[in-house]
This record gives sequence, C-alpha cells and structure tokens, in this order.
Amino acid sequence: MKFARDTWLIFQRQTQLLLRNPVWVFVGVFQPVMYLLLFAPLLKPALNAPTQAAAYKIFVPGLLVLLAIFGGLFQGFGLIAELRAGVIERSRVTPISRLALLLGRSLRDVVSLMAQAVIITLLALLFDLRVFIGDLLLAYLMLALIALMTSAVSYGVALKVKSEDALAPLMNTVAQPVLLLSGILLPLTFAPGWLQAIADWNPFSWAVDGTRALFAGDLGSDKVWQGLTITAVLAALGVFWAARQFARSVR
Amino acid sequence: MIETRGLRKSFRSRAGRETKTVDAVRGVNLEVAEGEIFGFLGPNGAGKTTTLRMLATLIEPDGGEATIAGADLRKDPAEVRRRIGYVPQGGSTWDESTAREELVLHARMYGIGKADAQQRASRALDAFQLTEYADRKCKTYSGGQRRRVEIALGIIHEPKIVFLDEPTTGLDPQSRAHMWDEIRRLRRDGMTVFITTHYLDEADALCDRIAIMDNGEVVAEGTPTELKREISGDVVLVGLDLAATPQAAQALDGEPYVNKLETADEGGLRLYVDEGATSIPQVLRRLDQAGLDLRSIELHRPSLDDVFLTKTGRSLRES
Repeated sequence: MKFARDTWLIFQRQTQLLLRNPVWVFVGVFQPVMYLLLFAPLLKPALNAPTQAAAYKIFVPGLLVLLAIFGGLFQGFGLIAELRAGVIERSRVTPISRLALLLGRSLRDVVSLMAQAVIITLLALLFDLRVFIGDLLLAYLMLALIALMTSAVSYGVALKVKSEDALAPLMNTVAQPVLLLSGILLPLTFAPGWLQAIADWNPFSWAVDGTRALFAGDLGSDKVWQGLTITAVLAALGVFWAARQFARSVR
Repeated sequence: MIETRGLRKSFRSRAGRETKTVDAVRGVNLEVAEGEIFGFLGPNGAGKTTTLRMLATLIEPDGGEATIAGADLRKDPAEVRRRIGYVPQGGSTWDESTAREELVLHARMYGIGKADAQQRASRALDAFQLTEYADRKCKTYSGGQRRRVEIALGIIHEPKIVFLDEPTTGLDPQSRAHMWDEIRRLRRDGMTVFITTHYLDEADALCDRIAIMDNGEVVAEGTPTELKREISGDVVLVGLDLAATPQAAQALDGEPYVNKLETADEGGLRLYVDEGATSIPQVLRRLDQAGLDLRSIELHRPSLDDVFLTKTGRSLRES
C-alpha cells in the first residue's frame, strides 16, 4: 500500500514535469515519423514485399522496439541532472520506498513510450498497416517491458557513473550492437549464419521477432511467448538491480 | 538528542593503479542536547559533511554507533529518517518546480496526506516569507530565497532534529544574517539544530555549543566561550620599529603581568597577558620609561581561530 502510494507520488511528479515541457512530444515523435515517411518506402523493393502494407508489418514493430530501447536507455541523463540538483539526495533522507523512487520514474518513461507507440501505430494505419487489437495490445506489453528494463538499467548506470560524460558513450556503445544484432532495421533472416548465431544471444532480437509475429497476426507462434518471457525476466532483473542502486548510492 | 560513539568512515579512492584508503572520519564521539544549536566547525575536508551524511542515513558508517532522537542509526535507519530533517549543502530544489510544489511533494514523501501537505506548505511559505514567490519556478529565485525553500523542505514534517550542511555558504552578508534569524527561530520552535560551518563568526554567534573537527577527528568541544577561555588570557600586539624591538623585548620580559612574549620577524611584540585592559597602561608606562617610541598598540581577544590554532597548530583561515 505504502509502496503503491509512493510510486504513484513519484510517477505523478515526473509526469507533471514532463508535460510542462511539451517539446518532448514533438522530439519523441518527429524521428520515428521521419523513419516512417522517408525510410519505410525503400523497404517494399528491398524486402521484396508483395505490398507496401506487408513491408510496414515488418518495419513498424522493429521501429517500435527501437523506440523502446533508445527511449529507455537515455533516461539516465535526466536522473544525473536530478542528482546534481540534490533532488535525489533529498528524496533519500525521507522514508519513501527506494523501489518507488525508481519505479515511479520508469513507469513515467513507459507511459510516454506508449503515447509515442500509439501515435506511430495510428500513422502506420494510414499506410494500410492492419493489426488485430488483441495482438497489438500484447505487442504493447512487450514494448512496455523493454522500456521498463532499459530505463531502469539507464537509471542504475546513471547512479553509478554520476556524469553525463561517462553515460553518453557507455549507452551508445551498448545501444549500437544491440540495435544491429536485433534485426530492427532489416530482418535477420537475411543474415549469414554466423551473424544469426550471435544475434540469437541478443534478447532484443527475440523481442523484435516476437513483436513482428504479433503484428503478423501469428499469436500462436513460439516467438511470442519466448519474446515476452525473455523481456519480462530481463525487466524484473533490471528493476531489481537499479532499485538497489537507489538504496545504496552514495551521492 | 544525538549521541555517537566511535563513528568511523573511510573511502577508497583510486589514483592510477594504486588504491588509497582515506579515513574521512576516525571515531567521532558527540553528544548533542535537546533544543540546542550545535555547530560543527572545521576546514573543508575535515570530515564534517561525511559525519553529517552518516547521521542523516545517507551513507553507512564503517563502525561505531549512534542514537538519533531515540532511534538507533545502525539498526533502524528508517525510523531515524522519520525523525530528522536534512538540508544538503549543494541545494535540493528542482529548477522547473515551484516552491509550493516542492514543499507539497516533500511532505508527501514523508507519508503525509495531500490536504495536510498543502496546508503545511502554505504555513511554511508564510513562515519563511516566500508566499509571494510560491508559485514561481525555483530557477527564478535568488540564492537566499532558494536556501529558505530548502530549509523549509527540511522541516516540513516537523522533525525533532534538523541537520543543515553549511547553511550560509555562498550567501551575501544580508541573506546570511537573515538565515541566522531563521535558524534561531527553528530552535525557538523546539527543534534541535545541527549545523556545519567553516565560518568562525558563524559558529561563535549562532551556536550554543560547537565541536571543532580536523582531519576526521573532534579536537575540541564546548561552548564558544568555554573554548576561548581555555586559551588563557588576551594578546597585546605592540607595534615597534625593527630597531627598537630587541630593547623593548628586554624591557618587558620578566614583567609580572606578561605570561609569554614573542618577537615578530618584521618588528613588534606579541604579549600574552591575563587581562588586556589592565596590562596595556603598564606596557605603555614601561616602554615610556625605557624611552622607546611605539607605533601602535592593539588588544586581541582570543577567537575561535586561536582555539583552532592551539588545537591543530594551523589557522583555520589558512586551511
């Protein structure tokens, strides 16, 4: 009860601050829309897809997972600003739950990602993308779990490194191979065997496959439950680890 | 209110390949009574802030014990958090929030209900004369206004003790005097106030009792008056030409009221006496008899800096 209340308190505060600065909506949506408009048209010929809609069915889920990964991984910057302002220290002298300090923030990130995802999906509908609502909701659950994990990890790392100068290259170094090995931009079915083998070790590759299966309306596919399980376990581990950083961080 | 025994903390820092252990706090024993303003005086790096952060549950001590407002620091830090307030040195407000929002949020972090939190925020804004700016963003505040918001945050849940880390650092003289009044008001309201400072005059004017800290240890503890009295007597500074100094030293050495005599390199004498007011006329008479002209004479009452100098061999102003 106290934990739920504490989490809600932090979530409210963070959301309020986010909404006060509406630029994020524009920034958050502008890039994916550019991908949708300027990159996706190349895909029909490149993927040898029968229709534009078929190409979008492959590309849009990948784009959404990309947003979830990057949206989460770079949240740590905001936390470093809060650390510097003394807001975190001020919170840590109160009896508020340490897990709530993390989860309130990460849930805000999840909700803002969901808003972006809905906008992208609606736009893709204009390009003849069609998805069953049930499959779409499961795909959103997958995205939420990914965002929860990446944002929690980003906060945890931010508390450890405490400086933007260290966080930026670190997150970029992590994000780049993760991105390339997840088949986000082009499906890894094109990949040579060795590349495919490495990608099998990338949890995000499973998440992308699962989301694509859902967009394809293939709910019964093994990839769906595999992707959901892997992201759920990783999200739990990420949150657990990051909450410990909130409990023990020195400054 | 606060009792600590052997509180210790060391940090490991890495310089190149070597790992060095820095003993930031080496066994601090303190007793702070209810309702007093207790000051922690010492140079930067003496371990004041580390001690304070341990008492405020922000870092875990390596050893020792502490009881704060009746709660055991090591065994029940959550209870300590409920009973104390803490105002950090580097600020604690968010640029894009208003003072009112910060106060309400902070009260609610202590588990206080929404309506109650709003009432408390309004009362605190009134008490700290912030009502006028209450709904402006914190980034528009002056240094003094912002510091007042931060102190209001620290006491919004009516703690028994409030810890203020260098509350007046970076404030202009007027805001500083204002802050002293606020701190005295906290005590009038029944709070025990624990501050750290590296300003001698602040410790002297504001604190009921002080502990002088140097190099991770408490080197002296008492009321400012007691501490100064420990350094017996006053100092009379006699300004003389370099040529006249040896003669004057000869004339004054062995006079019954002079406890100790030192010659300054650039000429002039330092006389340690019990009572400056009665010694000065005698010094003047003696020098007149010896036919020596003096340039100046000055009475110097012992300050906390002299206390620090005697205890550590260094001046606080230099360190």
